[in-house]
Amino acid sequence: MQIFSPSADTWFRAGLAAFAVLVAALALVGGGYARSEYLTQVGWTRDQQVPFSHKHHVGDLGIDCRYCHTSVETATRAGLPPTHTCMTCHSQVWTGAPMLAPVRKSLATGEPLHWRRVAQLPDYVYFDHSIHVDRGVACVECHGRVDRMPLTWRAKAFEMKFCLDCHRDPAPHLRPPEQVTRMDWSDWSEDRAEAFGMAAMRRFHVEPARLDSCEICHR
Amino acid sequence: MVVPILGCALVAGCGKNMVQQARYDPYEKAPLFEDGMAMRAPPEGVVSRDAPQRRAATQRPAMSAALLARGRERYGIYCVPCHARDGSGNGIVPARGFPHPPDFHSERLKAASERHFYDVMTQGYGVMYAYADRVPPRDRWAIAAYIRALQATNLPEDRTEPRRGD
Ligand code: HEC
Ligand code: HEC
Ligand code: HEC
Ligand code: HEC
Ligand code: HEC
Ligand code: HEC
Repeated sequence: MQIFSPSADTWFRAGLAAFAVLVAALALVGGGYARSEYLTQVGWTRDQQVPFSHKHHVGDLGIDCRYCHTSVETATRAGLPPTHTCMTCHSQVWTGAPMLAPVRKSLATGEPLHWRRVAQLPDYVYFDHSIHVDRGVACVECHGRVDRMPLTWRAKAFEMKFCLDCHRDPAPHLRPPEQVTRMDWSDWSEDRAEAFGMAAMRRFHVEPARLDSCEICHR
Repeated sequence: MVVPILGCALVAGCGKNMVQQARYDPYEKAPLFEDGMAMRAPPEGVVSRDAPQRRAATQRPAMSAALLARGRERYGIYCVPCHARDGSGNGIVPARGFPHPPDFHSERLKAASERHFYDVMTQGYGVMYAYADRVPPRDRWAIAAYIRALQATNLPEDRTEPRRGD
């Protein structure tokens, strides 16, 4: 008795091929999704109560990040500016602008402005600004060219890979700590960065071998 | 069959909770409070735990090169937008409509004490807001020392403010 029909072998091969194609397609779609901006939220802006522009305040006016994000050197959080900080200028500049009405209302009522976050980590990751700033990791390494953002967006995918790529080889990313808020480093050649980085690694006793152990970021 | 499916569902469920854990982080919403924010302002009359240390830090530190360097950096962050790098008051914010601050090189401010600069930063002065929330006492003394150094430079009358980045 014949168990398999004459075409069985063909069907089997076709089935295998179809299965392979399906797996490949799933991997492609899945991989694409994992790296897509939809998941990592890179480049997304969010509606804010006040359309605050870093391009205007940092790029055009040249205000230092620390004027508003005061605790970035001393604490885990950089801090978002309280209404008082906006009013140091906007008590006199653009006082009637409808765009700034929520800021004036916030000052009058004492109710803080609600900013919708764009650069945030999951709660299970521990991050600390002060040590990065102290060692000379510039804001631009993680937040991109903030001075060119009319509305703030996330410049880098805050995936584990992003942190680890640097933690395993921080040298080329280190800069003079007193210039961390500088955005444009185009005048630093790769060699200069590498040489400066190696010296900084020795000065601060940075150990890449320790920096990729899980408990540093997941505690 | 059911067990792995249930397992997957459970793990997937957990995943969400780990990303947004049942705790309040700074800047998060908190329906518990009237203003809906997790971060609270301290109630009226609260005394900071390290108040004595803070009071001690309001003493004027001894002059040193490090103090001046610190003052220069802090002045660059908090004062330059208005008072300008050279202390003339020709900063970018006055250029956009903020009242023009007085020139640090005027006779009156050359005669003023460092304590006066310190107090201006602590309490504000006229239309200038206080910087006490962002410039701690030691840095205020550092900035005051740096203003003194600026005043000693005797800039020419017809100077212009150098562009940012120079
Ligand atoms: C150091 C001074 C300074 C501070 C602090 C400041 N601003 Fe401004 N801002 C300005 C100036 C100056 C302008 C207008 C510039 C012009 O006329 O071109 C401006 C313009 C704006 C505008 C007008 C729209 C635009 O971008 O063109 C908005 C909105 C605004 N600021 C929001 C804010 C908010 C919110 C804060 C607090 C987080 C803040 N600003 C803090 C100086 C400041
Ligand atoms: C005039 C005040 C001001 C200055 C100067 C300023 N920022 Fe901001 N920044 C804000 C405000 C207000 C927000 C919240 C609104 C938003 O997301 O745009 C913010 C948000 C951010 C965020 C997004 C946080 C989040 O998770 O939503 C980053 C990142 C940031 N700033 C980085 C910087 C860097 C880097 C600099 C210096 C190059 C800088 N800022 C200078 C006021 C300022
Ligand atoms: C090593 C990478 C890295 C560097 C360098 C860095 N940041 Fe951040 N920043 C982050 C991450 C990650 C978050 C999100 C933290 C969270 O959600 O817990 C963040 C959040 C912020 C926020 C949102 C508010 C907050 O405190 O969480 C601001 C504002 C900010 N950064 C400003 C700055 C400024 C200004 C600098 C430079 C002086 C800087 N950052 C340097 C990675 C970095
Ligand atoms: C561009 C380089 C760079 C990036 C990107 C970076 N880091 Fe770091 N990180 C460093 C350096 C340098 C140190 C200081 C190491 C030292 O001095 O031992 C550090 C230290 C730390 C520490 C403190 C380690 C300790 O000693 O306890 C934590 C926590 C940390 N990083 C978390 C993160 C997280 C989370 C991210 C991703 C969102 C991240 N880092 C991205 C360079 C980086
Ligand atoms: C330098 C910081 C850092 C170190 C070290 C680190 N992680 Fe992570 N990890 C992260 C960040 C940031 C995320 C969040 C990724 C995201 O949101 O996509 C993460 C996410 C994860 C996740 C969740 C992944 C997901 O897709 O939901 C797991 C599991 C994890 N890490 C395990 C580990 C293990 C195991 C180690 C040690 C071998 C480790 N991590 C070391 C920063 C770190
Ligand atoms: C937003 C703009 C602005 C910023 C930023 C600013 N100031 Fe002023 N400052 C002014 C203005 C305007 C006046 C004049 C106030 C008046 O007479 O009503 C002034 C006045 C002064 C005076 C003179 C007081 C007198 O006796 O006439 C001193 C000293 C001073 N500021 C110091 C500082 C220091 C130090 C900083 C940095 C921590 C600073 N200011 C930041 C705008 C500013």
